[in-house]
Amino acid sequence: MHAMFNGDFGVILVNIFLLGILFAVAIAIARMRSLFAIVMLSGMYSLVSAAWYVAIDAVDVAFTEAAVGAGMSTVVLLGAMLLTSRTAKPEKFFFRLGPLLVCLATGAALIYATVDLPALGDATSAANAGVGYTYLQVGWFDTGIPNIVTPVLASYRGFDTLGETTVVFVAGLAVALLLGFGERSLAERIRNEGRTSNRGSKKAPAVSDEDPA
Amino acid sequence: MNTDHHVILRVVAKMLIPVIVIFAFYVQFHGDFGPGGGFQAGVIIAVAIILYALIFGVPAAMRAVPPAFTRSLAAVGVMIYAGVGFWALLQGGQFLEYQALFHEPPGEHHGQHIGIMVIEIGVLCGVSGAMLTIFYAFAGRVAEIRDEDW
Repeated sequence: MHAMFNGDFGVILVNIFLLGILFAVAIAIARMRSLFAIVMLSGMYSLVSAAWYVAIDAVDVAFTEAAVGAGMSTVVLLGAMLLTSRTAKPEKFFFRLGPLLVCLATGAALIYATVDLPALGDATSAANAGVGYTYLQVGWFDTGIPNIVTPVLASYRGFDTLGETTVVFVAGLAVALLLGFGERSLAERIRNEGRTSNRGSKKAPAVSDEDPA
Repeated sequence: MNTDHHVILRVVAKMLIPVIVIFAFYVQFHGDFGPGGGFQAGVIIAVAIILYALIFGVPAAMRAVPPAFTRSLAAVGVMIYAGVGFWALLQGGQFLEYQALFHEPPGEHHGQHIGIMVIEIGVLCGVSGAMLTIFYAFAGRVAEIRDEDW
């Protein structure tokens, strides 16, 4: 209660505001049926959580969340949505009971677990006291790079990052092998263009520099 | 099909896409000093090309950046990263030991800077190539996204 009257009050207010938006968006996603709206709202969820990561000083995580969560995964979900129907089928009440129980149990367990978590920025917590503190001390001498995140990712944990890059590569390879390399539509399009002689009228919408009439 | 009601989108996107790519390179090469790095920059470059595909159509994007190029780019990125490891091995160090790249004593940082920059370029190529491959795999299955599909 004492923290409310010093400088932390604004931070607390921003945290409550952003988490409230996250909660509202999550409820909206759960209640919606239109897949397009759900995809857009999930992009919004990522963007708001990125803003929240900035509020708790995790700028690198926020950057990744904004780029991957709000940009990339929204587009991939849109692409997946185009391959299926546009609305989710409503489930019967009885079938929604199981997931509801699972969600409630998981949520209760998570809230119970937060009791043991150290406070934000606690210098004696396990994450800050052990190897993280050592990196902060020796990082500048070892690597001469001001942003401590970069040498931890690329130098101290170079093997991990190599593994992550390989995972991303393998994910792309697996999707391409499962769904095809996506060249079919291009070949189809080019074949159609070769068949129709009036090529100019077909390409007109893609160029847009021609007369708008 | 000749309705041209996306003209604002196209004009704005044409101006935005170069800015997005420049921002991606800023994120890439400024990662030593601020938030960012190869992963974020790769995703941003991929998103710039995806924006092009969404506005001008997937076939146009595939002509500009062919799928064969994106999947080779992903493989080349991982090879660049692993290649730095083997470069350090050939210089007598351990795998990915940047300090051994130029046989430097501790406290000198030339090898660290060069090594990290090269592996970040590898991450950039790998991530952007893989993301674009995934996007093409999804978007390439629908021949053309019509307006009424949204």
